[in-house]
Amino acid sequence: MDTLLPQLFAGLSLGSVLLLAALGLALTFGQMGVINMAHGEFMMAGAYTAFVVQGLLGDPGASLLVALPLGFVVGGVLGLVLEATLVHRMYHRPLDTLLVTWGVALLLQQVARDVFGAPNIDVAAPGWLSGAVTVAGVALPKTRLFILALAVVCVAALAFALRATPLGRRIRAVVQNRDLAEASGISSRGTDRMTFFIGSGLAGVAGVALTLLGSIGPTLGTHYIVDAFLVVVAGGIGQIKGTVVAATALGLMQAFFEYSTTASVAKVLVFVVVIAFLQVRPQGLVTVRTRSLA
Amino acid sequence: MRRSTPSLLPTRTRGPRLAAAALAALAVVAAGGCGARVDSAGSAGAASSSAENADCVDTSGDTVKIGFLNSLSGTMAISEQTVHDSLQLAAKEINADGGVLGKQLEIVTEDGQSEPTVFAEKATKLITDDCVAAVFGGWTSASRKAMLPVFESQDALLFYPVQYEGLESSPNIFYTGATTNQQIVPALDYLAEQGTTSLFLVGSDYVFPRTANKIINAYARAHGIEIVGEEYAPLGHTDFSTIVNKVKASGADAVFNTLNGDSNVAFFKEYSNAGLGADEMPVLSVSIAEEEVGGIGVQNVEGQLTAWNYYQTVDTPENAAFVEAFQAEYGDDRVTSDPMEAAYVSLHLWQQMVEKADSFAVDDVVAAADGVSYDAPEGTVVVDGDNHHISKTSLVGEIGDDGLIHPVWTSEEPIEPDPYLEGYDWAEDLG
Repeated sequence: MDTLLPQLFAGLSLGSVLLLAALGLALTFGQMGVINMAHGEFMMAGAYTAFVVQGLLGDPGASLLVALPLGFVVGGVLGLVLEATLVHRMYHRPLDTLLVTWGVALLLQQVARDVFGAPNIDVAAPGWLSGAVTVAGVALPKTRLFILALAVVCVAALAFALRATPLGRRIRAVVQNRDLAEASGISSRGTDRMTFFIGSGLAGVAGVALTLLGSIGPTLGTHYIVDAFLVVVAGGIGQIKGTVVAATALGLMQAFFEYSTTASVAKVLVFVVVIAFLQVRPQGLVTVRTRSLA
Repeated sequence: MRRSTPSLLPTRTRGPRLAAAALAALAVVAAGGCGARVDSAGSAGAASSSAENADCVDTSGDTVKIGFLNSLSGTMAISEQTVHDSLQLAAKEINADGGVLGKQLEIVTEDGQSEPTVFAEKATKLITDDCVAAVFGGWTSASRKAMLPVFESQDALLFYPVQYEGLESSPNIFYTGATTNQQIVPALDYLAEQGTTSLFLVGSDYVFPRTANKIINAYARAHGIEIVGEEYAPLGHTDFSTIVNKVKASGADAVFNTLNGDSNVAFFKEYSNAGLGADEMPVLSVSIAEEEVGGIGVQNVEGQLTAWNYYQTVDTPENAAFVEAFQAEYGDDRVTSDPMEAAYVSLHLWQQMVEKADSFAVDDVVAAADGVSYDAPEGTVVVDGDNHHISKTSLVGEIGDDGLIHPVWTSEEPIEPDPYLEGYDWAEDLG
């Protein structure tokens, strides 16, 4: 059996999962410089949103479509609350932010445990996503195709929002030169809040999508947060483009390394490659050149 | 505000600094997220000097103290809480029935916090401060290995209720879960009986799956079964597409699954999405019980096989009473599983031993242990006084659409425990 094509798809699919997990971080970490360790827990909140919606609506197909936007709102609102209460006080203290948001992450995990119980829960995948499509002799699971498509849609929507909307213009202005943006009459406070809302909302969407693939429990976020940061760091700070390339590259690397070695070794190899890469290019793949004075 | 500290994180150079901070954060998460699960050798440091004995057990009053030591917090709490619930039920029943030697049981509960070192500390505390007559609990092999020196040096008693990788037999521990010859070996017998000639092994990357797979490899060599693949996933691994691709490409007759915890969910979802099922390539799992089926999603594991010694569906009058009592206590939606039953049995077995010895003293109880039997929900079990394990009937079960597991094969007779696999020629080289 030809292994190239199935592994190519596995890699792209893994890349799309990483991309979904990392996309929101690319905004909050990449653009705003906030190390948000609770990002994974916003994903977890999205996954539980899918669970609750399915409990209320019953039909897996309809509830998935409802849960995606709702997960965005749930993740976004959580992010907004976090930003308004804690993070905005420490924009100039990144390492404190790290600890505080990690504490918040632990809190959110315990809340999930108390509300939904410690055992994993199951969200049924809709019937139209079960099974696989066979292309050129390769079985492509429909859930993975759906996530691939969702990742593309999210990136496109985010790129559009950043490039073509007034909000996007404000976000870019604040990222590139905060002082000048403020001097030009942009409310950097409001912009920060909106950026955080969108970034956290994307985590919620990722969480909903992950219900199709993996386990849904209080610790869901911890499984993805490491890889998500890895993608953003490797991709370079401040550009969505870098995140997309890095996610795809890491996904493909993991898949092909894993096929020729084992899962554990592949993970190590990916880390080694990323660390070696950062030695050569510490700023990551793609960076923003700005006229910032600093 | 950021603008008041212009030197910090200027846009052009903040990449590397944030990268360093983020990598530091990764290290923190990696340590916190996975460390607790890894069954590395536990610390024996908490075992204090053996000078003081556990003789402080107070049996003069109407009550006697026993200790329950389970992880009620941390990553293992999911599983160990259920064991704790069933221990509480057993204690309640024994007390309602007049206690042990006429004394009511007084429970001292400690939280092992999913940390082997904490298990060792709390075990010491239970033995020397609370002066309990016996301790019940532990789940991971790491927690048991950490507690073992404590119990041996203090000459106290531990009842351990979970199936494990064998190769151990402490005079101070009673093992009421299965050892390998009561779970893995019969499961292989079943697969061989079904005409399986090739197996693919999938497991989590830590001590139990690797030990189990060593045994499986030895068995396969002796029985003409070909092992066509052996894959390990790190604990917490979330993407199984590559492993499932390998399994699919191997064309094996069946898969032997020793994955632990959350990984099972991702594995089985991937497995069924890839178009594989129990009909094409059955998966036999040794770590999936009734509790886990709901989290994986019944539709993803329906028809797949498991190997245990007890299922909620076991048809004995003792089990009907056990399930009814458990659900009356904790709710109709609760299920009972093998480790829960083994824990329930452990407390009853200790009661039998104490009553046979007519004494709470550890030496008397151990001396009386051989041959003590109990009509457990899984069937009658008998304690082996030499290796401190119990005889158990092995059951291969099939996961039904009701989320319960239904036995499809049984070893007929209870299997005598053989933790070192001394009675099996093919296992000679495993030592």
